[in-house]
Amino acid sequence: MARRGKLILQMAAVSVVALLISLFAWQLATKEQARGLTSALERGETPPAPAFTLARLAGDGEISLASLRGKAVVLNFWASWCEPCKEESPRLESAWRRYRDQGVVFVGIDVNDFKGDARKFVERYGLTYPILHDGQGSTIGRYGVTGFPETWFVGRNGNLVGARIQGPVNDSELNEYIRRALAES
Amino acid sequence: MRALVFFLVAASVAAVPAYASEQHPTLADLANEVICPTCHTTIDQSSSPIALRMKAFIRERIAAGDSKSEIKDKLVAQFGESVLAAPPRSAWLLPLVGAGIGAAVLAILARRWRRGRPESSEPGPSSNGRAALTPDLDRRVDEELARFDA
Repeated sequence: MARRGKLILQMAAVSVVALLISLFAWQLATKEQARGLTSALERGETPPAPAFTLARLAGDGEISLASLRGKAVVLNFWASWCEPCKEESPRLESAWRRYRDQGVVFVGIDVNDFKGDARKFVERYGLTYPILHDGQGSTIGRYGVTGFPETWFVGRNGNLVGARIQGPVNDSELNEYIRRALAES
Repeated sequence: MRALVFFLVAASVAAVPAYASEQHPTLADLANEVICPTCHTTIDQSSSPIALRMKAFIRERIAAGDSKSEIKDKLVAQFGESVLAAPPRSAWLLPLVGAGIGAAVLAILARRWRRGRPESSEPGPSSNGRAALTPDLDRRVDEELARFDA
């Protein structure tokens, strides 16, 4: 009995340590995955885009990245309190109107923001592409987003293409990476 | 009995400011309990755009007459549970119950383990923590001391 009790105590201690190590490893792996995406794109690779499902800012349902498979996706991370996002938004809206009939979807992900502020922003800049709300920023860890705005491009096959654009995106970058996203099938 | 009365009076005195803070909070009451989602510090230590916006939101809600809990609930609805510096009381319950059960299991196991230990025939430790001498060793020590004295 004594040996058995001791064994159980040892097992419990080992389990706790294993749990802590697993949590630490999981956190490291998540950070490494985000860092790995940028490195892979820089090497010319096309890693799978991290999945997400988020509620629409307008409040009518959810959109998952998987549901957009078959289309080129422009993922734009932004927030209403972000000054450069104000400069960028009209350009994104204009590009969306240009490309929306060509199998391209623009998706704005409003991160770490008040929904009310984001809705006013959308109204003020006349944004018509789908906007999702990620109040607690669950997606930014997966993509390794470090600031706003930031834009990623997803090919028709669900893989990331081109490069991550940190800061306001310009028309030539948009055209180039959308072309590559459409070519990826 | 006197101790119980003292405890009740002390608890009542301590509860008054807590109640006031809950019903009529100030920005300071909340700013050190709310996390800025971009800088991961409490908003009283941050001047990032979102922290400033959150402080403005809290001021608006205080002016509208919201209680501390109502303001926190509204922030959680926007930013998730991680916006709170301390988890809600309900979140403490599970780890506390788990720790209690774990401690009880450990206590039972330790007790059984102690009971199950066989009586040792080995000499026990003496008061200075070292092992006691066997009769044979004791006799030899006496012989050596006797020789030394001679």
